Amino acid sequence: MKSILTLTVNGRRREDLVPDNLLLLDYLREQLGLTGTKQGCDGGECGACTVLVDDQPRLACSTLAVQMQGRRVETIEGLAKGGRMSRLQQAFHEKLGTQCGFCTPGMIMAAEALLRRNPHPSREEIKAALAGNLCRCTGYVKIIESVEAASG
Amino acid sequence: MNLLPDVRVHRPATLEEAVRLKAASEGARFLAGGTDLLVNLRRGLGEPTALIDLTAVADLGAIRREGEALWVGAGVTLADLARHPDVPPALAEAALAVAGPTHRAAATLGGNLCQDTRCVFYNQSQWWRESNSFCLKKEGDKCQVVAKSDRCYATYHGDIAPALMVLDAEALLVGPDGARRVKVAELYRETGASHLTLAEGEVLAVVVLPPLPGWRAAYRKVRIRDAIDFPLAGVAGALKRNGDVIGGFRMAITGTNSAPLAVDAAELIGRPWDADAAAVLAQLLRKKASVLRTTIVGPAYRRRVIQGMARKLVDELWA
Repeated sequence: MKSILTLTVNGRRREDLVPDNLLLLDYLREQLGLTGTKQGCDGGECGACTVLVDDQPRLACSTLAVQMQGRRVETIEGLAKGGRMSRLQQAFHEKLGTQCGFCTPGMIMAAEALLRRNPHPSREEIKAALAGNLCRCTGYVKIIESVEAASG
Repeated sequence: MNLLPDVRVHRPATLEEAVRLKAASEGARFLAGGTDLLVNLRRGLGEPTALIDLTAVADLGAIRREGEALWVGAGVTLADLARHPDVPPALAEAALAVAGPTHRAAATLGGNLCQDTRCVFYNQSQWWRESNSFCLKKEGDKCQVVAKSDRCYATYHGDIAPALMVLDAEALLVGPDGARRVKVAELYRETGASHLTLAEGEVLAVVVLPPLPGWRAAYRKVRIRDAIDFPLAGVAGALKRNGDVIGGFRMAITGTNSAPLAVDAAELIGRPWDADAAAVLAQLLRKKASVLRTTIVGPAYRRRVIQGMARKLVDELWA
């Protein structure tokens, strides 16, 4: 079964024919080629697939593409403007918030959602906002410092 | 590409349409935030023929005052529930204790209440379960937790239900034969394989919270990963202090049995909260919580921790 999906992805309005049982993750990665969104645990436990839906963080691995009808979806690819990284991306780069990089798109999208809601979060608020995202390299300290640098 | 069952997804705009679609399509399931159901479907736990997505039903998403009571739509997300000013603190606390922020942005009140029971032998991939000869809850004929049992012992791990139970909340169910209101506790039965009492085709539409002047309530849980996990055990309590004695007392537990259960502690009413009362409560909890080997943490810890948590929680409510 397929349906017509109308939505906005990274600021561009799209209309696609998608299978009803297609996950948002596979729609982004396979159908649109936006492979910045990562497939990690497949159970909603790691946060690597975090994208923004109407400014809220959302797990693309446990969301159906057709549920995004009329919604505004943003992925890591949408943050850079005119070939320049966003302030948050730049901060992750400069403060070494990235090591292997696999969790980074999810981390940045979860932090982006926080900063849109609360541009000057405390350390505790940053930790709470990133609670659903696992990183196996950094020990989180550099990630929190990166978000702090972007919010200062 | 990830495989999900080949389903038709319906996106009704009204509750009436949702109920009609459910009645018309055999084997269909309701879907809300998807944080429980879609994860399970990806592991082969369920083969619905269709999914009826309730997230487009506008009137499920409201929180409003109706006289003295607070009506919370089942489609309200846990994130919205946690930050709404009219929501009682104990309920906001329970909502905030569910999973991580990303789940709470999608997961709904109704979806949380109707979440599937869980077991270390059930929440596994198809090949894992197959190599273990499956289990009573799905495809198998033997419970891996209690070998000689004819019922499934999968555990209910929802955080919100016990909080609603001590807040004396009711659920409004809408089905093909009209609407009915039941106490939240009556939504469940203690059978892991079919723990919900909703009739075929019924949908949980609204949770109704009565005013509780003079009561204090709270919810506590323990989990492996504090940032995100289901409760290994959870306890909600509500207390009304009448001078130096307990005037009213309600407690409910989760993460221990196949349903969230109320702990009948009527014998505590009229006496002060002291060491003797705490011992009585511990005894009642020991009888009520039948913790089994359904999580990777052993049952001994979960049995003990629920008593400790309950005592601390009542200490706080009494102070």
